[in-house]
Amino acid sequence: MSVNSEFLSAAVRTATPLLLAATGELVIERAGIIYVGIEGSILAGALAAAAGGMFSGTAAAVLLAIGAGALTAALFALFVVRWRTEQIVTGTAITLVATGATAALYHVLFGAEGAGLRVPVIHSIAVPVLSKLPLIGEVLFDQSLFTYAAVAALVVVWWGLARTQLGLAIRACGERPSAARSAGIATSRLRAGAALFAGALGGTAGAALVLVQSGTFAEGMSAGRGFIAIAIVALGRWRAGGVLVAALAFGAASALQYLFQARGWTLPYQTFLALPYVATLVALATTRARGAAPAALGQADVD
Amino acid sequence: MTDRFDPWRSTRILRGPLVGAGAVAAASLLLLSILLALGGYDVAAALGALWRGSFGSSYALFSATLVRATPLLLAGLAVALAFRAGVWNIGAEGQLLAGATGAIAAAALPLPGAVRLALALLFALAAGAIWALPAALLRRRGVLEVISTIMLNFIALNLVGYLVRGPLQEPTHAYPQSPTIDAAARLPRVAGTRLHLGVGIALAAAIALGIAVRRSAWGFRVRAVGANARAAASAGLIDVSRVALQVFLVSGALAGLAGGIEVTGVTFALYEGLSPGYGYTAIAVALLARLDPLLVAPSALLFGALEAGATAMQRDAGVPAAFVTVVEGSLVLLVLLLPVLTRRYEMRAARSRDVAA
Repeated sequence: MSVNSEFLSAAVRTATPLLLAATGELVIERAGIIYVGIEGSILAGALAAAAGGMFSGTAAAVLLAIGAGALTAALFALFVVRWRTEQIVTGTAITLVATGATAALYHVLFGAEGAGLRVPVIHSIAVPVLSKLPLIGEVLFDQSLFTYAAVAALVVVWWGLARTQLGLAIRACGERPSAARSAGIATSRLRAGAALFAGALGGTAGAALVLVQSGTFAEGMSAGRGFIAIAIVALGRWRAGGVLVAALAFGAASALQYLFQARGWTLPYQTFLALPYVATLVALATTRARGAAPAALGQADVD
Repeated sequence: MTDRFDPWRSTRILRGPLVGAGAVAAASLLLLSILLALGGYDVAAALGALWRGSFGSSYALFSATLVRATPLLLAGLAVALAFRAGVWNIGAEGQLLAGATGAIAAAALPLPGAVRLALALLFALAAGAIWALPAALLRRRGVLEVISTIMLNFIALNLVGYLVRGPLQEPTHAYPQSPTIDAAARLPRVAGTRLHLGVGIALAAAIALGIAVRRSAWGFRVRAVGANARAAASAGLIDVSRVALQVFLVSGALAGLAGGIEVTGVTFALYEGLSPGYGYTAIAVALLARLDPLLVAPSALLFGALEAGATAMQRDAGVPAAFVTVVEGSLVLLVLLLPVLTRRYEMRAARSRDVAA
């Protein structure tokens, strides 16, 4: 592999957990809830995947991760949807609890040093024929199952939001929940469902971090990816296609450090790590992006 | 006037702040004990280490707990003021880093020590406010400040990472950190301890802000905007977006000052790991203080003690400090739950009264 396609391949690999989490965040935000706690769902998923991979196998690891991510989101939904607590504050608290709880559980389960915990890393699967395409073949079609799953999830979400009754109801929850309820939509149930979906995808993102990239769990290993997912949704203007492009942009920015090392460039890569965040701010300053945000985002569903 | 966000408002039992603080401290210790027991740790040994590391000796109190509480107090004030006005500034972390950077830049100027120290703190205030400005301006154009302040946090972190490897790196270029501030431009310390003048500055800020919010006309406008922005605007005398902008800038300046005091009083240099998430913990500190600047001080003391104690617990009893993080997050959830619980209690009480009548 050449340095360039190595870089592009790393960009797609780094973008995968971001895309998974952002797709979940997209759905819950379109339902009118901002889920800052998705960082906690990713961490819960990562620990569950590490434990599952250790005691059983990859399939169990993924299932446990999905469950742990959804469970974290269920706690969030209990507070925000049922008890109507402030979304941002609740999400921050959930992240705090999940950060502490995963680190503490890890120590309890695997001992203080924990260095012995290794989970077999899953390998990439080359799609027959397509992976032989020049340049893009190995970049796009020789990735792990998680990458394919992330794209599939995004397509399903795009189709579901844009083309189905359920998607219309979810979007109504995000634009004007009181009107949606008048029209007979069970807004609380939908918002809770959207939260569970977001948590499940956040958990899957955590599993991708463990099973594809690191092969182990580390305290706080999500490293702000949940916050990046929120940025990706905003940069992608709350649309599935935009989310895909934005996730790849963030992935490419973080993959630049490999490219710099490979080429021996000495420029501090932090400059480039900051670029997507600056781009998001600039994009938000434009009129089109603002209009794209769900009107009731962040607001409790009360009469 | 009722405040927009005051979870303690309707709690009868916990109305007295002292009773409340005692109840919170007791609740956090109880929760910690349960978690430790579940994890199979020696609860007594762990709590003993927590105590020795936080309040158990004058060294622990003055050189660990209070030093740790100082940035939490200032950043907690930043969050409390912002939330009070309904400005969801979760960018205290980035504003703190900006303030630390500003202070380091000022401390390197070729000027007498005391002047550099004063300039460093002023630069910290200004840098924090400047770092809040983009989010404050975007907010006027309808961009959720939650999203913009998260972006600014990451930009600040990466900017510091770049600066300490580039323009602000120490002369030997061996470590990713700035040159160390010389003794002349550091905050004075209480002899024999790590306690610096910053704790006094932070306390003064808490008192000043507490009086401003409670008694001044500006404080009234802040509370009015936070309680109900639409009502404040239609009352005609309050320019809501102007008040929100002011609050955002003052909030940023306070968080920036936290960073400035941290580098001139504790670390003496700028580096990426400067803040162990003070800006995020500050949210919990502010909420526990029911967004009242005067109560932020005891709340910051509690969190400072928990974090200082957690370090000792990890070192002496082998208990991961993460247990304390769980307690911190749970405290916020508990505070959020209180109004829900009391609402239920009051409704049930009202219903049984109706039945009796």
